[in-house]
Amino acid sequence: MPTVIVNNKPVEIGASERLNCIQAAERAGVEIPHYCYHHDLSVVASCRMCLVEMGDKKPDGTIAMQPKLFPGCQTPVKDGTVIVSDSEKVKAAQKATLEYLLLNHPLDCPVCDQAGECGLQDYSYEYGRGYSRLQEPKNIKPDKDYIGDQITLFTDRCIMCTRCVRFTREISGTAELQVVSRGTHEEIDIFPGDPCNNKLAGNVVDLCPVGALCSKDFLYEQRVWWLNSKNSVCPGCSTGCSIRVDQNKDVLYRLKPRENPLAQGSFMCDEGRFGWKYIHSDSRLKLPEQRTNGQTTSRDWDIVLPAVRNALKDAVVRTPKKFAVVISPWATVEEAYLLATYARKIAPAAKLAIGPVRVVGEDDLYPKDVHGKPAAQTKFTIRAEKCPNRLGVEAVIQQVQGSVIPFSDILSQVTRGDVEALFVLGGDPEGWISDTDAAKLDKLKLLVVQDLLASAASSKAHYLLAGAAFAEKDGTFINHNGLAQAIHRGLRGPEEARPDGRILMELAERHGMFHAATLRKEIAKAVPALAALAVGELGEFGVKLDSAGKTEMQTV
Amino acid sequence: MPINAKDVDWVEEPPMNFWEATFLPAVVDGLRATGHHVTHFKPVTQMYPEVASDLPKHYRGVHRLNRDDAGRVKCVACMMCATACPARCIDIVAQEAPKDDPNWVDRDKFPKSFVIDELKCIYCGMCEEACPVDAIEMTHIYDLTGMTRQEMLFDKEKLLSVFDQTKDCGLDPVRTHKGKLGPASDFEQLPTLGPATQVRSDDRSAKSATPGVIK
Repeated sequence: MPTVIVNNKPVEIGASERLNCIQAAERAGVEIPHYCYHHDLSVVASCRMCLVEMGDKKPDGTIAMQPKLFPGCQTPVKDGTVIVSDSEKVKAAQKATLEYLLLNHPLDCPVCDQAGECGLQDYSYEYGRGYSRLQEPKNIKPDKDYIGDQITLFTDRCIMCTRCVRFTREISGTAELQVVSRGTHEEIDIFPGDPCNNKLAGNVVDLCPVGALCSKDFLYEQRVWWLNSKNSVCPGCSTGCSIRVDQNKDVLYRLKPRENPLAQGSFMCDEGRFGWKYIHSDSRLKLPEQRTNGQTTSRDWDIVLPAVRNALKDAVVRTPKKFAVVISPWATVEEAYLLATYARKIAPAAKLAIGPVRVVGEDDLYPKDVHGKPAAQTKFTIRAEKCPNRLGVEAVIQQVQGSVIPFSDILSQVTRGDVEALFVLGGDPEGWISDTDAAKLDKLKLLVVQDLLASAASSKAHYLLAGAAFAEKDGTFINHNGLAQAIHRGLRGPEEARPDGRILMELAERHGMFHAATLRKEIAKAVPALAALAVGELGEFGVKLDSAGKTEMQTV
Repeated sequence: MPINAKDVDWVEEPPMNFWEATFLPAVVDGLRATGHHVTHFKPVTQMYPEVASDLPKHYRGVHRLNRDDAGRVKCVACMMCATACPARCIDIVAQEAPKDDPNWVDRDKFPKSFVIDELKCIYCGMCEEACPVDAIEMTHIYDLTGMTRQEMLFDKEKLLSVFDQTKDCGLDPVRTHKGKLGPASDFEQLPTLGPATQVRSDDRSAKSATPGVIK
């Protein structure tokens, strides 16, 4: 195995791995500071922050060091490469580089949104000299507040790492951003009349190591050190991008992509990034509701839940074969399992259906060429299937029932009168039912709707259960590729809305409280297709379902 | 961790001589001090509330929000005070400065709302220490009353009115950067910073008269 020596510490790398010094040092637990380098973008070695001393270990054991410093991001390592990143020479170079990058950087950390998660702040503290020797006036460039609908540029804060430019050229392929002028007049800019509004544009804000590119949506909303983060999964489409949910005092402020090589990589699309606003919408269901003849009779969980239980039991006794359950592909695996097993317990003939799977257009592949056609090598996909967990819900229903009934079948059975009692677990914020379809539900003798937003169906429900959005509950989503990822409860829902898992636990009168990891172990035993969930805690990257599980699910 | 025996210095009480052992000189000294207080009587008790209290200059009373020369609120809504506040009594909502208003071209951000709960506040002064633009300062006003809790939530207007009321009274001078916005928002003239961290003795700047300035 090739061995690289980083700060006197030998590190083995894979025989066919092509690593640069930064990556090799990372294996050794050594951080080489860098701004312009990003592992998903091409290397330009322009910031000079990653300068290191390099050398070669000769077969006879002697080490020959190169006299000059090398940019670590641009220099590949091989067997016997020696990297020194903590010598006086390197430290002096880091200090000088930082001083140079900071020459014209305004000292406006107090009003800068990046403060607290800023590469300049962190490295100045760690590697810089802590003060400026510049006595000339700073070169201040005017701000550009329209780079895109969601992006503003504080030109004077920019350190010209060109990560954003390379992102629009290499990942989105749309190439809206560019560097104009040369030398000290260099600026990031757009072509006139061609703003950076592609569907991946929000990523340039994350890529910016300083506070130059800022998100208009988050601008001046919060100081970042007040945000509490929880790992989660974007529910916007079946790609299932790993994200971070950033909230403070039960208000969600932003979603940030979380790097996950098993899921989407390092980025996320703007549909997901800004698509969470329904969480704080006024049409959220905030209280449960029991209605008799259209009149609200109770809005108390302690009354509504037992009433739902009794109403379902009565309906099953009356017409055991006319009870159906619809589980939305927005539900977690745990919720699907709880509801499916509960329905089968009270009515062994209950029909289990999957809710409407919303498909919008076709998969959107990036990068695109100048004509908007996808390039040969896809680096990011926004999927047409706009739900996070179709595979998970289908796997559970398949196991419990043997086959999956689509939602349209249930609707026609309702019209025919074959279904008289219906329990719907919703969750799709875009509205999962049209007014004409909802009118068909008028025939039902019992309609229980568990959802998070008011919809055409919720106004007809006899019982309404106020559920939770993805950021307000624990659970598991399985993406298009069979990757099971955990979502975590980051904030509390509005008023008395409860996590769906908790509602279903209480409805099924199961012992104990909802605990996703415990439930996952139970599901792994009960559903062979999801046996990979037996680990309980799914970790940062999630767990890939084994091939047996995948093929079984694909027959659905 | 036990203290190392060699780190401990044992000190003996000095021995008393004959006169000291009689304690008479000490008694005479004490009587002289008593006599001095009788002949040079000066009351130290302040007759508050009949007479207003004579406060030290650094007294930490009710907060104020300073104005700059243009009369705008000096605060840049960086929320450092709210971060530093141990009582969590400061609540700020920031807003982008109006871009098309010529009076605000030099500003990026200002507070839309700035509320201090004067009942929660423990008057520790951390907020004024944290402020990078000297916008929040504490005044000598200590007699604070209100009929409701709501009244004691001081908003931006109220805090600015405290500034108008106290800036010329002599007890609370605007301490620094009068009229200027301070380093955080003042782009025209940035003062050379002193070293925030230790300067190594072999660094060029350490040899200059002012650290951080090269002659």
